[in-house]
Amino acid sequence: MDIKNTTKLFTNFFDANPRLKNYLPQALTLFFIIFVIGYFTYNAQVNMDNRGIDFGFRFLGEESSFDIQFSLIEYSGASTYARAYLVGLLNTILVAVIGIFFASILGVVIGISRLSPNYLIAKVAEWYIEIFRNIPLLLQLFFWYFAALRALPLPKEAINFFDISYLSVKGLYVPKFVWTNFDIFLYSIIASIIAIIFVLKYARKQQEQTGRRIPSFFISVGIIILIPLFTFLFGGVSLTFEYPVLKQMSETIYNYVGGVSIIPELMALALALSLYTATFIAECVRAGILGVTKGQKEAAASIGLTPVQVLRLVIMPQALRIIIPPTTNQYLNLTKNSSLAAAIAYPDIVLVFAGTAMMQTGRAIEIVSITMLTYLSLSIVISIFMNWYNRKMAIKEK
Amino acid sequence: MIKKLYFLGMPTRDKLNLFVSVGTLLFVLGIIDVILNSFFEMNITSFLPRWINYFTPLVFSFVGLHYVRIEFSGIRILDRLNKNINLNWFNAILTSLIIFVLIKNIPPLLNWLFFDADFIGTSKEECSREGACWIFVNVWFKRLIYGLYPNSEIWRINLSFLMLIGLVISAFFVAPKIKKYIIIFLLFIFPFIAMNLISGGNFGLEWVETPAWGGLSLTFIISIFALLFCFPVGMFLALGRRSSAPIVRYSSIGFIEFWRGVPLITVLFMASVMMPMFLPDGVYMDKLVRVIIAITLFEAAYMAEVIRGGLQALPRGQYDAGKSLGMGYWRMHLLVILPQALKLVIPGVANTFLALVKDTPLILVVGLLELVGMIDMAKTNPEWLGFATEGYVFAGVVFWIICYSMSRYSQYLERKYKTDR
Repeated sequence: MDIKNTTKLFTNFFDANPRLKNYLPQALTLFFIIFVIGYFTYNAQVNMDNRGIDFGFRFLGEESSFDIQFSLIEYSGASTYARAYLVGLLNTILVAVIGIFFASILGVVIGISRLSPNYLIAKVAEWYIEIFRNIPLLLQLFFWYFAALRALPLPKEAINFFDISYLSVKGLYVPKFVWTNFDIFLYSIIASIIAIIFVLKYARKQQEQTGRRIPSFFISVGIIILIPLFTFLFGGVSLTFEYPVLKQMSETIYNYVGGVSIIPELMALALALSLYTATFIAECVRAGILGVTKGQKEAAASIGLTPVQVLRLVIMPQALRIIIPPTTNQYLNLTKNSSLAAAIAYPDIVLVFAGTAMMQTGRAIEIVSITMLTYLSLSIVISIFMNWYNRKMAIKEK
Repeated sequence: MIKKLYFLGMPTRDKLNLFVSVGTLLFVLGIIDVILNSFFEMNITSFLPRWINYFTPLVFSFVGLHYVRIEFSGIRILDRLNKNINLNWFNAILTSLIIFVLIKNIPPLLNWLFFDADFIGTSKEECSREGACWIFVNVWFKRLIYGLYPNSEIWRINLSFLMLIGLVISAFFVAPKIKKYIIIFLLFIFPFIAMNLISGGNFGLEWVETPAWGGLSLTFIISIFALLFCFPVGMFLALGRRSSAPIVRYSSIGFIEFWRGVPLITVLFMASVMMPMFLPDGVYMDKLVRVIIAITLFEAAYMAEVIRGGLQALPRGQYDAGKSLGMGYWRMHLLVILPQALKLVIPGVANTFLALVKDTPLILVVGLLELVGMIDMAKTNPEWLGFATEGYVFAGVVFWIICYSMSRYSQYLERKYKTDR
């Protein structure tokens, strides 16, 4: 029987049973997935039996007995693996937040500069983008960490910023905030934010009803300065600074004591991530601004809006709709790229958990799955937040 | 503030020569001030208090640029200059700042890179240490490109890559009829030839273990193989994601979103420590192979999204036309949909490949050393301590040239295929 007849046989068979034609691919896929998972599980079971390991997450409660160089919460060698996981997670979130903050600012500035009528500014922005986008992030990270930050002076000759911050090869030392009655201050901030929301709502209502614009921006700034200021004057809140002080540790070793120290790993990582991601965000911003049609600008100008108002009230709201979705992707990429921290020994979740903890416990499957699931959940959280923001900015048809 | 500058009167066309000459003079004075300051340690305005003196070049060039800002002056160069770099006072300040920063930084940078640098030599003692020590790169060059591959066997890597380049270039120039065969040869036969040639073991070639592979050539080996394998996987995933059968669709979505949600570094960890646990007892898979599989799965998810974009961009009429001719699912996709969709996604594929090349240095976390990894190794060699900057600058330039030309090429493709439709 030749091939043509066989094909015909199958075609006829499926034509006679159209339901089978629908379900067969699905059944095959399902079977394939179950087979692959089953095969892997079986192999893993056999391998673990041979090596005498059992599968389980009980190790999370055991004592970790390793130290972490940089931690946002209390941690010592006596803490559990679960605590070490938390330390790593917080460090990852910290560097992602710092990176997103600076990358957004830099990205918007560079993106707008690229559209500047000034030839020099536009060219500098363009070359910044072309250079930083086309060099692997890991290489940039190594450059900042092993070449640029290592070239900084020793603590004894640290670069001095107005006698309050010091930059040296050991890191950046900044003053520490020492609060009394911090909770009252916090409540006052929350209260002023609520007040600002009411002011903004009132201002919008006024504008829609009467057309008068209330200077809501200045009122908001006033509120957020004045209410917390009152807590300093009457609420018993006070703030003092603990400055870093140079101290002689031994004959030749000097170091700063006190204040908050920002370790060079964190600096290098934040620097590399924000410089790299800013190039992508800049391109998103540029595309967004170019995406607003020229007629919109001309229309806005012809009804007598000032250039600032044109940008703030007409161009930006429309450009943001184009900018947000790709920028979300960049934020996600930045968060995922923060895992490169492991390469320069910044104690993020990959280094602490998938590195040190896995070496000690040997539980490859559990630990790698937890790490992957953590990143998946971080990605989902960011995309849910940005989707919410995107919906808020989307066109509201009346 | 601006009004007070008018003690010469308003800059107008009437006194064009006066304003242009005074303005140019001031602007040049500002530049000379910066140059003297940064290279000759002289300060022509040192009689002023320090905090004014610091800003004098900026003030000079700002006032100078203000005086030459004359609309419709009739001098073409001046008009163009005003339009491009001297639009208003804010632009003038930014322009002066950029010019000053460039003057201050470019010459020292060039000095470090070229004029004070040492290029020829064999040991680090021959470096003067005033500029960059390119001897470091020079001595380690073979290691940076070929890794720990034995010196006598390097011709095998060279030959494979020369063949690849030759075939790709010839594919551009020959007639379409032969081009088809060249592409089929490149996709299906060449990888086996190259693999045999590089790893050896057959035909009397010496067997070279994969841990010895490395350097820039490993970057290309990994990216090319991963691209080759991830394309079919990505195509199936893209078709699966658009399928009407819920099980197929949701499993494709799950697969794609899983790989897109995790960082590559965890995928590599999975390949190096978790994957051996999933293999049958006694089966050993080489680490490089595991890494290529992991990168393939990772990139396939991105590739699937790129191809899906192409599938969605096709008008519905193409599907309807295929169906109305009585074509089945596979025949319709193979003959009508995919040829058109794949043509649309070529720029996207080029971008994915670019991202892949940029991601390969990461394999150093699992102990495979490509270019960045080799530099990491070279700079910790006790003989060659303290040359990290040179190494990273070299690697940066190499990667930049590769990635920049690729991104340029993909932009060119984007333009080319946009006009086609």
